[in-house]
Amino acid sequence: MSNTSVVKKKKVWTAARKKDLVFDIIFYTLMALISLICLFPFIHVFSKSISEEAAVIANKVVVFPKGFSLNAYQKVFADKSIMRSMWVTIVVTVTFTVIGMFLTVCAAYALSRKELKGRTVMSFLIMMTMYFVAGTIPDYLLMNNLHMLDTWWCMILPLCFAPYNLMIMKNNFSSNIPDSLIESGVIDGAGHFRILASIVLPLSKPILASIALFYAVGRWNAYQDALYYIKQRVDLRPLQLKLYYLVVAAQESFQAEGGNVGVLTNPEVLKSACVMFATLPIICIYPFIQKYFVQGTMVGAVKG
Amino acid sequence: MKQKKPAAGNAAMNTPERRRESRRLYMKKNWQLYALLVLPLLFTIIFKFGAYAGLTIAFKDYKVAKGYAGSPWVGFEIFQKVFSDRRFGPAVWNTLLLNVLDLIFSFPMPIILALILNEIRCKWFKRVSQTLLYLPHFLSWVIIGALAYQLFQVGNGVVNVLIQKVGGGEVPFLQSDGWWLFTYILIGVWQTMGWGTILYLAAITSVSPELYEAARVDGAGRWKQCLHVTLPCIRGTIVTLLIMNLGKVMQGSFERIYALMNAKATKYTTTIPVLVFRWGIESGKLSESTALGLFQSVIGLILVVASDYIAKRLGEDGLI
Repeated sequence: MSNTSVVKKKKVWTAARKKDLVFDIIFYTLMALISLICLFPFIHVFSKSISEEAAVIANKVVVFPKGFSLNAYQKVFADKSIMRSMWVTIVVTVTFTVIGMFLTVCAAYALSRKELKGRTVMSFLIMMTMYFVAGTIPDYLLMNNLHMLDTWWCMILPLCFAPYNLMIMKNNFSSNIPDSLIESGVIDGAGHFRILASIVLPLSKPILASIALFYAVGRWNAYQDALYYIKQRVDLRPLQLKLYYLVVAAQESFQAEGGNVGVLTNPEVLKSACVMFATLPIICIYPFIQKYFVQGTMVGAVKG
Repeated sequence: MKQKKPAAGNAAMNTPERRRESRRLYMKKNWQLYALLVLPLLFTIIFKFGAYAGLTIAFKDYKVAKGYAGSPWVGFEIFQKVFSDRRFGPAVWNTLLLNVLDLIFSFPMPIILALILNEIRCKWFKRVSQTLLYLPHFLSWVIIGALAYQLFQVGNGVVNVLIQKVGGGEVPFLQSDGWWLFTYILIGVWQTMGWGTILYLAAITSVSPELYEAARVDGAGRWKQCLHVTLPCIRGTIVTLLIMNLGKVMQGSFERIYALMNAKATKYTTTIPVLVFRWGIESGKLSESTALGLFQSVIGLILVVASDYIAKRLGEDGLI
């Protein structure tokens, strides 16, 4: 009797299992395929950038590099204007993020306190600017009137206080920090500056990381404002704009100095190296910042 | 100023002295909150409200030399000029076309991917695929544009090379109008499909395991469970996101189009933001350009508010 039951059980198990296995194979293959589609452009361009020039010209590089040469990278690093653009981007991104975080933290804490009179009006005034934007030309004229065109500041100040980030942080402050904790600070005689610095901020590290990364990655990637505002001062072009002129529009040529870096006749390898030069910083830090991005986006989706 | 202590007899609730006193106490306790708001409000006033002032030139014959105040008012003359311009109609049409196509093709992908990811039980496999799927979201449109040309160019783009290897003819992915539209949408799907899964995955995790249990007891397989448990449970998220995306059909990413457009395919690339850029920054028609931008902002605002209202009426979370 026990024997038959085992056989029966085994039979059922096999049928279900078979169906399951087919499903699994389909899902895993599909997912692997889609993931590889996301990755492929980077692998291809990377392989191109380190391949021998002749192989690239002959269109032989698809997935794996053919031959090995770092000539293109040498040339990119020798190009002063590219390095300058990288420097501009770094300075702008860091300043932008620091100022933006300071403003966002201050406003978010104040607006999250219920005892603040007039907070509905002030929230409305700030959030309104997110849904109704003045537009390209009014922004441009404002920069012109403030004499900020062709300066560092036009890439930093106008956008560094983002209402969207404020909303996320405000919601996080009001839902994650228990009111009783702040009350106890008030009873102990601490002012709001003290409470913000020694109670709220230490408890909000994850969201601070998320918002700081939103600011930093957003600034690193944007080029629209630089395209509008940076006209004469070529030395103030951020990396993305430089890349646009160099690779996408191909309006500019490389200006490498020193003839000893190997002669590259074909711009394709150089373009690939350039794209990789701009992409690698993001790809390298991306696995570590991804979780903060996900978390910030989820908080942003749950409106207070 | 000397504060008079109210006499015990007439300590009615609302004497002016009493109110002043309580306001003073309130400010003494909470002035730091207002101090924290000074700089953020200053930034908002200078950079956002300051820009609103520039909107007046949509109703003026603006000359840079005369400034905002000195230029004469012309009422809706500028708008009439803009609406009757032969490039206005196509720009509105292109904006709607690109956004609607984007919605049709980019919207369902994250849902499908989230459902597939949900079926994958191997932890590391799931994590690795998610990391790869999210990657395109972190790149700038310039880089994506550059990658697109490396992949899709005629002559040496790798996709064309592969097509030729299997015996096909070259496809002008980015250099002819119809194909440009196709590639533009394809790249949009590629860029957003992974990141879009996040909200759906979150919604799926909050589905009660008991529902799956009950479905299994009733003999539902994985396909049936997905169809009758998971999908109905994330319907709310889907509807909200769909409505919110519908609210954005008049907006448009300038950076995305600008990084992908070229001289060979121009039929669909002139959207409202691109036309604003052409008129304003390149040709100096500042009033016309501002009016066009304002037109887009107002329609966009109406659509967003309307979609928020609809979402809330349907009992979902709104956006605003």
